[in-house]
Amino acid sequence: MNHDQYSDSYIRGILNTVKTIAMVGISPKDNRPSYFAFKYLLERGYRMIPVNPGQAGKDILGQKVYAKLSDIPEPVDMVDIFRASEHVLPIVQEALTLKPNPQVIWMQLSVRNDEAAALAEQAGLKVVMDRCPKIEYGRLSSEISWMGINSRTLSSKRAQILGKGVQRMGLNSSTSQGGETQGADRAQKTEENSG
Amino acid sequence: MADAERIPGFNTLAIHAGAKPDPTTGARATPIYQTTSFVFDDVDHAASLFGLQAFGNIYTRIGNPTCAVLEERVAALEGGTAGLAVASGHAAQVIVMHALMTPGDEFVASKKLYGGSINQFNHSFKNFGWNVVWADPDDIASFEKAVTPKTKAIFIESIANPGGVITDIEAIAKIARKAGVPLIVDNTLATPYLCKPIDYGANIVVHSLTKFLGGHGNSIGGLIVDGGNFNWTRKGQYPMLSEPRPEYSGIVLAETFGNFAFAIACRVLGLRDLGPALSPFNAFLIITGIETLPLRMQRHSENAQAVAEWLVKRPEVAWVSYPGLAGDKYNALAKKYVPKGCGAVLTFGLKGGYDAGVKLVSNVKLFSHLANIGDTRSLIIHPASTTHKQLSDAQKVQAGAGPDVVRLSIGLEDAADIIADLEQGLSAK
Repeated sequence: MNHDQYSDSYIRGILNTVKTIAMVGISPKDNRPSYFAFKYLLERGYRMIPVNPGQAGKDILGQKVYAKLSDIPEPVDMVDIFRASEHVLPIVQEALTLKPNPQVIWMQLSVRNDEAAALAEQAGLKVVMDRCPKIEYGRLSSEISWMGINSRTLSSKRAQILGKGVQRMGLNSSTSQGGETQGADRAQKTEENSG
Repeated sequence: MADAERIPGFNTLAIHAGAKPDPTTGARATPIYQTTSFVFDDVDHAASLFGLQAFGNIYTRIGNPTCAVLEERVAALEGGTAGLAVASGHAAQVIVMHALMTPGDEFVASKKLYGGSINQFNHSFKNFGWNVVWADPDDIASFEKAVTPKTKAIFIESIANPGGVITDIEAIAKIARKAGVPLIVDNTLATPYLCKPIDYGANIVVHSLTKFLGGHGNSIGGLIVDGGNFNWTRKGQYPMLSEPRPEYSGIVLAETFGNFAFAIACRVLGLRDLGPALSPFNAFLIITGIETLPLRMQRHSENAQAVAEWLVKRPEVAWVSYPGLAGDKYNALAKKYVPKGCGAVLTFGLKGGYDAGVKLVSNVKLFSHLANIGDTRSLIIHPASTTHKQLSDAQKVQAGAGPDVVRLSIGLEDAADIIADLEQGLSAK
C-alpha cells in the first residue's frame, strides 16, 4: 500500500476499531509529545498501555508501565511507536510474536520504516506511518477545528459529542475530504528545508 | 465518493470549509458564539486545555468557535495547515513577527507595500528592535543582497497596494529557502481566489480580512495562515518554536504540533499575550462574505479590467497602472500569478495634476471618497490630498502617491454605471 498518504476512511476505520493501544517509547514527562498523545487518547476512551523499559513497574497517568510488548498480559489491538525510525524494526518483530497479533502498527509523526511496514503487512496487519493518532483523531472528530487547524474534512452532518461534557467529540460522523494542504504535504519532501 | 481521491474545488471550500453544523443545536449557519469564556467539562479537562494537551475552548482572546470557522476556512482556501484570526491585518503582522523576531533581528521587505505596512515596519516595529531592510520587487537580486545573518524573514505582497505591482513570488521564495528563512506573503489584494502564494513557495500568508475576504466594508479583521512547509528547528533560530517554552512547562511547540506549530505559536504565545483578538461577530460577517468570494472576485476583476481599458482612452488621463492591461509592466507576471483576473484596485494619473484629482473626488456621485479598498461599492481616493498629505512632493512621488495619482477600488455595480460616473466626474467643470 502507498504510505505517502492515507485516506480518511482508512484512518477513521482504524481509530474506530481499536480499543487497546500499547504506546512504545512513551515519556513520563508531561511536556513531551508522547505524553500528550497518551493522555489525549486515554481521555477519548481508549485502553492505553505504556511501554518503556526505563519506567517499567511505575505508573503513567494511572496506567502500569511495561518494559516490553511481550510483557503485556492482555491482547493489544494497536502498537503506537514513539521511537526513531531506525529502532522500529525490532519493535514490529516483537509485536508479531504476540498472540493474538495486534491489528495495527502505527508509527508516529516523522517515524517511517518501510521494511518494518512490509513485514507487518505480510502478516496481515494494517500500517500507518508518519502520523500522530491524536492529531488524526482531532481532525476526523472535528475537535482540531477549534484550534483553527485545517481538518481537511467537510460535512453537512453534525459532529458527534462523545459524552463526559461537551468538548470531547466522537468519530462516528461522516465527512468527505475537504481540500488539500499542498504546502504541508510537500514539506518533508522539500530538499532545501530538510535536516 | 472516494475520499482519498476527491478534492473539493475552491467554490465548495469557500462555503463549507470549517463550517460543519453546530454539534449541540444542529444550526447550519455558523452561530455567533458571543461569549468571553467557556465552561470546562471538569478539572482535568481544564488542566489539559491550559497545558495545550487537548483541543478546545477556554477564553475568546485565545480562541472562539466562530473565529475558528473563519480560521479553518481561510487556511483551506490558501492550502495551508492552520489559520489564526486576529483583530486586523496590522495585528496579523505584529503577531507573525513576534513569533519570528528577537530584538536586533532583521527582516527583508518589499519597498512596494501598502503604506500602512511601510509605516508599521519603519517606525512601530523598530521600537521592538525588529529592523526592516527594504528591497525592490522590480529587482529580485536586491532581496538576495539584503539578506544578512540577522535576517529572520522576507515579506512581500502578492499584488501590491496601490501600485498594481505583481511580485515574482516564486523567485523570492527561492531566495528565502536559500537563506533558510520563511517567506511571508500579504495576499490581501489577490485573495486565494486569484492567487495561492503557498503553491509558489510561501511559508506564511497574512490577510487583511477587512478588504476582499470580508468584502462588504463592514468589519475589520486579520488572519495568519501557516503553510506548514517550513522546518523551524533546523537552525534553532526561531526559539518561540524550537526551544522549550517556559510559558507552557517546557513544551517545544515545533515537535509537539508538527506542521501547524507556527499557527499554534502565534495563538498561544502571540495572541494570548499581546491580545488583539477578533470579535466573534466580525468573524461571522467575514465568514458570510467569504461564501461569495469567488463570485465577487471574478466580478471585481472584470469590472476593473473594463474601467482600466476605458481610462486608457480618456484625454484627461496621463497613465493607467493595472496589470491586466496588455502593455502594463506587470502583465507577464499577472498571466502567471493571477490568470483569472487582476483584482479590483487600480491607479491612474491625471494630466491636470493635484487640482484635477481634488476635482474628480469631489464630483463623483457613485464612487465613495474614503480610505479603504475591497468593498462591494466602488471607492475612490486622491492620496496626495488625504492619506499622503503630510509628505513632501518628492516623498509623495516615491510612495506612488504623486499629486496626479488617483486610486480606485472597483466595486460590484454595473460596469456601465461605474464608467458613467467617472465620465461625468472627469467632464464636470
